[in-house]
Amino acid sequence: MFWRRAAHGRVGFRRSLPELGLLLLATLVLLEGSVLPLGAASSPETGITPGAGVSHGHADKNHSETKHKKPFPVLGLNYDSVKTPFEISLWVLLASLMKLGFHLLPRVSSIVPESCLLIVVGLLVGGGIKLIREEVPPVLDTKLFFYCLLPPIILDAGYFLPIRPFMENLGTILMFAVVGTLWNAFFVGGFLFAVCQIPHASLSHIGLLPCLLFGSIISAVDPVAVLAVFEEIHINELLHILVFGESLLNDAVTVVLYHLFEEFSEAGTVTVLDGFLGVISFLVVALGGVLVGAFYGFVAALTSRFTYHIRVIEPLFVFVYSYMAYLSAEVFHLSGIMALIACGAVMRPYVEANISHKSHTTIKYFLKMWSSVSETLIFIFLGVATVEGPHQWNWVFVTATVILCLVSRVIGVVGLTFVINKFRMVNLTTKDQFIIAYGGLRGAIAFSLGFLLDIEHFKDMREIFLTAIITVVFFTVFVQGMTIKPLVELLAVKKKQEAKRSINEEIHTQFLDHLLTGIEDICGHYGHHHWKDKLNRFNKKYVKGFLIAGERSKEPQLIAFYHKLEMKQAIQLVESGGGSKLPSAMPSTVSMQNIQPKNQPPPPKPTERALPQLTKGREEEIRKILRSNLQRTRQRLHSYNRHTLVADPDEEGFQDIILKKQKMMELDRKIKEMANYLSVPSHPKDSPTMSRARLASDPQAYNIKLPAGGVPTIQVDLASPQSPDSVNLLDEIGKAEQKEDSGLMMKPPESNGPEKAGEKDGWRDQQKLTRCLSDPGPGAEEDEDEPFLP
Amino acid sequence: MGTLQSSPAPSEYADLSEKTGFSFEQIGVLHKRFRHLSHNDNVLRKEDFNGIPDLASNPIRTQIVEAFFDQRNFSKDGDGKVDEIGFEEFLVVMSHFRPPSLPMTDEQRDSVRKEKLRFLFNMHDSDNDGMITLEEYRHVVEELLSRSGALGKETAKGIADAAMLEVASISVGHMEPDEFYEGITFDHFLKLLATFEIESKMSVRFLNMDTITLCK
Repeated sequence: MFWRRAAHGRVGFRRSLPELGLLLLATLVLLEGSVLPLGAASSPETGITPGAGVSHGHADKNHSETKHKKPFPVLGLNYDSVKTPFEISLWVLLASLMKLGFHLLPRVSSIVPESCLLIVVGLLVGGGIKLIREEVPPVLDTKLFFYCLLPPIILDAGYFLPIRPFMENLGTILMFAVVGTLWNAFFVGGFLFAVCQIPHASLSHIGLLPCLLFGSIISAVDPVAVLAVFEEIHINELLHILVFGESLLNDAVTVVLYHLFEEFSEAGTVTVLDGFLGVISFLVVALGGVLVGAFYGFVAALTSRFTYHIRVIEPLFVFVYSYMAYLSAEVFHLSGIMALIACGAVMRPYVEANISHKSHTTIKYFLKMWSSVSETLIFIFLGVATVEGPHQWNWVFVTATVILCLVSRVIGVVGLTFVINKFRMVNLTTKDQFIIAYGGLRGAIAFSLGFLLDIEHFKDMREIFLTAIITVVFFTVFVQGMTIKPLVELLAVKKKQEAKRSINEEIHTQFLDHLLTGIEDICGHYGHHHWKDKLNRFNKKYVKGFLIAGERSKEPQLIAFYHKLEMKQAIQLVESGGGSKLPSAMPSTVSMQNIQPKNQPPPPKPTERALPQLTKGREEEIRKILRSNLQRTRQRLHSYNRHTLVADPDEEGFQDIILKKQKMMELDRKIKEMANYLSVPSHPKDSPTMSRARLASDPQAYNIKLPAGGVPTIQVDLASPQSPDSVNLLDEIGKAEQKEDSGLMMKPPESNGPEKAGEKDGWRDQQKLTRCLSDPGPGAEEDEDEPFLP
Repeated sequence: MGTLQSSPAPSEYADLSEKTGFSFEQIGVLHKRFRHLSHNDNVLRKEDFNGIPDLASNPIRTQIVEAFFDQRNFSKDGDGKVDEIGFEEFLVVMSHFRPPSLPMTDEQRDSVRKEKLRFLFNMHDSDNDGMITLEEYRHVVEELLSRSGALGKETAKGIADAAMLEVASISVGHMEPDEFYEGITFDHFLKLLATFEIESKMSVRFLNMDTITLCK
């Protein structure tokens, strides 16, 4: 029977993966449970030796003095010393396996958001542990949460914060964060106090200040929960940044309110002076946090300027400085979250200009990895902590809390939007308001803050509070989290546009910026654009030169964007196999040739133009081959494999490309002049290396025009990779001879007269090569032996 | 700047308000500014714009100033350039930057978009042939990068070329190798910036203007 069951388990492999995780955990917990007493017993000795005849050694030791030498332990068991890291690793492993498992169950994960599933898993695990060991480890320890689990998520959010939409909507976000949270806190707190006064609810021991404190804990929208849920619904950028920005910025309010009410709960009364000090404290907390973060951000940017020689530790600087910003802010009771956001947002443009591409990728992946694991762990721990308690269920309190939270959120959003819309250019519609209100999820931060409450001062209230907080969190995450996706579909809310930023949009964004600044200047109005422009100019003039190394400091944004685009295209080309068609956003057959104005004299006689032209397809093939060969040559030069980047986009390589391109363009011009005076359109005299270089760095397709005689002869020879010719760019200009060994070359056409000699061979070679490269190759109508001419 | 000398009668304002969509206060404020710029004259000339200090550091200031004197922006059938403009033309040009008044129906939104994009198009199309050729586009990009020196010029060409290629790919799709893409027509321009949300992006808040602050 056991075998049959195992076989059955193997068949249903997919379903067993989450169960596997649970099983794993259960077994290890059992192991731990059983080992623990053994461990306790053996700790005075050095270890238990399961060897047969050695146990008497222990007995001997007890009797005799220390002089007795016990036999050398061949195999020992010491779980105690690795207990903590081991358990931590187990939890992380569980979290990761869970994440893995969910993605193997697509049906479930499309209905239920991941956060819900994780909480359920946490509940199960907690329940399991409780059953086995009668007590649950206090996993959602406040220190652990605030110092280990929360920072990666916030740093990830802050580093990759889309600055432009955030700044454009900053007023709205601040309104929601500050005024909205204040409103929520007071509304919920006040009404709860009223509810507590109801005679037979047995809640009369909860005073006004504890109620307000509770209100301030529960009113803050939680960034972790918002991130987790909103990530899956892909709504448009505006709504996403509004809710998310609010969840980040309300931390300052929460911190101040929490401390305020906590202090005064003990004192019992609040005076006007205290209220006034509270306001000042809020400003200090918020601005102080931002300043601390900005300071660390600048220092990080400055440090990254000098990491030219030790690229490996660049990511480390980013992480450590950010973490220190967080901790420093916490030292002074400033808002750590705002410090972290400010640090990430400030350092990013400068750091990215300084670090290598690989460091950038490292930072991105590490942040994503840590924040993902953190998030998973937080939800699992929420589940476990729910099982643990302590709980005191009070129907009145809990239901009142849930209802009040919802009501206050709706009223707050509607009221604030009414005011905000007077100042916004793009008004928030009712649909938007609904999503903002519905997206106000509470999460683990509220729970941790509740946990932080002093047990002494809040004797009977703490459990009630915790239960209510957990209920609200569950309600928002489960009910709101699960239903928001279908609601978004139902209400047809605008989704996120997946279109990539095109160069035209970038040009026009910049153009509009300058245009609007100009108009504002003409009107004499110091508006948004004016200040933004001033800040940009200040940034460019002073800050960038200070914080960015080398030439990049002077690179305007448009050029930086363009280079990034080119790089992406090059990488795409390599990753797509090199030989196949360059993937482009729009499938089209338009090439540079169609755009370049014809500056040659018009073709004079029809007879001379009866020469066959390259058809589009053929030309594409040639271009592809040239480009791919070029990429491969460079690949081999740098001895990378095809899965890494081709052109090492470090600073040197970059500058080289730019330099080469510049020189290339000059030569191009010179040659065009020379070629201008032919009676028939001829293609520019390119030396092999020049064409190679141009193809390498330029998305411009090679501009092929036929020489008088016929086809361009392209002899492509992959045989010799490491020829020094492929590196030496400019020496070959003017050399008429061909080098048989070079990686790529073009036979420059002679200035007069067609060439017929090498035609056939050239084309055949190319055909062979085409097959070698496993290209899609020229069309099926070609034969290898037929000449190119149809 | 003291008192208003001769404030135009509200009846004139009514006319202008209807034409351009500005409110009376906004027109009043802009009129003050017009008079300040033109040194209390009735017409505004190109040299008057040179007196604005902040405009001097704007890379596309020539194009902006040109736009004010471009008759195509005054009315639908206008053509050519003038040397001086009155307050009405000033206001008409400014009205292109008015924030959209909500709620808008789809046709209204479309017409607003077309109007604003038409303004932009006219700015690019300096020789007024109805399309933005490669040279003109290159000029635009060069102006944008005009402060980056020699590096800017070469890259500007590359950027403009790539951008043009993109427009052609989006608008025309398939072209034979010997066809020539003349330039971006207005329809192509519309298509290109279809996702750009220009109706909200291309607006200046005329609400709380304090035009007296900026003096030479």
